[in-house]
Amino acid sequence: MSADLSELYQQVILDHNKRPRNRGKLPTANRVAHGDNPSCGDQCSVYLRMDGDKIADISFDGSGCAISQASASLMTTLLKGKSSAEAAELYKNFHEIVTTGKEPEEISDIAAFAGVHAFPARIKCATLGWHAAIEAMKGGPNITTESHID
Amino acid sequence: MMTTWTNVRHDFPILHQQVKGKPLVYLDNAATAQKPKVVIDALSHFYERDNANVHRGLHTLSNRATDAYEGARAKVARFVNAADSAEIIFTRGTTESINLVAASWGSANLKAGDVILLTEMEHHSNLVPWQLIAQRTGAKLRYVPVLGPNVEGGLDLAALDGLLTPEVKVFAFTHVSNSTGTINPVAELCAKARSHGIVTVIDAAQSIGHMPVDVRAIGCDFLAFSGHKMAGVTGIGALYGRRELLDAMPPYQGGGGMISQVEFFTARWKPSPERFEAGTPNFADAVALGVACDYLDGLGRDKIAAHDHQLAKLAYEKLATLPGIRLLGPGLGQERSGLVSFSFADVHAHDVVTFADEDGIALRGGHHCNQPLMRKLGLTGTTRASFYVYNTAEEIDVLVANLRKTLKFFGA
Repeated sequence: MSADLSELYQQVILDHNKRPRNRGKLPTANRVAHGDNPSCGDQCSVYLRMDGDKIADISFDGSGCAISQASASLMTTLLKGKSSAEAAELYKNFHEIVTTGKEPEEISDIAAFAGVHAFPARIKCATLGWHAAIEAMKGGPNITTESHID
Repeated sequence: MMTTWTNVRHDFPILHQQVKGKPLVYLDNAATAQKPKVVIDALSHFYERDNANVHRGLHTLSNRATDAYEGARAKVARFVNAADSAEIIFTRGTTESINLVAASWGSANLKAGDVILLTEMEHHSNLVPWQLIAQRTGAKLRYVPVLGPNVEGGLDLAALDGLLTPEVKVFAFTHVSNSTGTINPVAELCAKARSHGIVTVIDAAQSIGHMPVDVRAIGCDFLAFSGHKMAGVTGIGALYGRRELLDAMPPYQGGGGMISQVEFFTARWKPSPERFEAGTPNFADAVALGVACDYLDGLGRDKIAAHDHQLAKLAYEKLATLPGIRLLGPGLGQERSGLVSFSFADVHAHDVVTFADEDGIALRGGHHCNQPLMRKLGLTGTTRASFYVYNTAEEIDVLVANLRKTLKFFGA
């Protein structure tokens, strides 16, 4: 297995893929957005219970490759309890990591996604759940990775 | 048992390279096939020697280019056994060919209450053009169902008779499914449709370069295909249409080359094929397509079909031994085209394809432009390995070994 590939499929990613956190519909959700990636068929719905500006609870549901599912799973663990501004900042960091491969200064599981940058076709897999979450915070219903400018 | 041709791999320059340090194993032929050197050379030769605009010029090069272009049309006509070269319209490919029929024939012949019959295994290219013309005319879509949880039963032919009601004006279906490998009984489907006076349109994208395709033996009204899946270059394809139907159809696009006379407020059209080829046609790629026809006939399309089938059968048998695999399409002992499509419960197709690429293997993963079918089967996508004249049994072993590694990695 090449170095690039083992960077892409890190233990953190495999673990989240196999045992996704916060998966399934959130019965108490007051926001939902659906993301899909038309070129590969990956889908991800993100459910939020917003308490004012705070993400009081979050879950995701969908189907897709290990990268998209693990990314959405990890994202839910990071966004719970955050304000929309904090969430936007986290996404900015995440996006930087997956597009440049630059690891974050603080120790974070997000770093596991640095390997994605060597596989440009997979960047949109990694960002699918995040796009849906941000759209849900804004109150929009549907996004696709094709039309979204990132 | 395996049909092989001496040095056939040497005809394809692209195969002789390494990908990620491994010999390239190209198994994405249903998406696009590789080109033999004779086709690549024909294209350069045309641009280096004969290039000029066709039909209008009076100079030597224009005459040469026109002869080469019309010669290619005659070759394509022979390739599908059309009665007349005028029944071959050059297009960008299968998609444009079907759009042409749907827009031109459809706008002149469909009205509210009419039914367009399709099948559940159609590629988006033989589905969306019909949705568009249905919206414009008020016609409705109807589908022949597929049989079995993995489409192992092909089309539900028993249901067909009940679906061929008087409202059905056109029946469009694929010859070979790009996502299951099913080969449809096209002659039987056409005969049934014809007995009800229904026009038939065949998507031959996956069959044209892989088996004999004879429009008169099949008995279809229209047949659409692409050059790039049959050893030709991209950007060129053709529509076969029965002369009688073509002559009664309005133009698809307007422009130069397709008119007999233009006034400020009106124009009159040339007959087929010029009527449907507005603007400067893609003559250089058409010439290369003619050479691709010659190349495939040199190998023999019966032999290509046998070779593809043998590889697909071998692949099916070996893949069936992998844990948790779900194989789509015809089972062993049934007729199958040169592709296998499969999924694993715990490993997504895109992860499979990424791991295959690490071993130099080119596969395709996803919905294969068959979203409604995938949804019906409860799949988000499959992994597909598709074969052509240059693939070998050894390459299938490389594929199976790679898939075992991938499954092990994901603990599946």
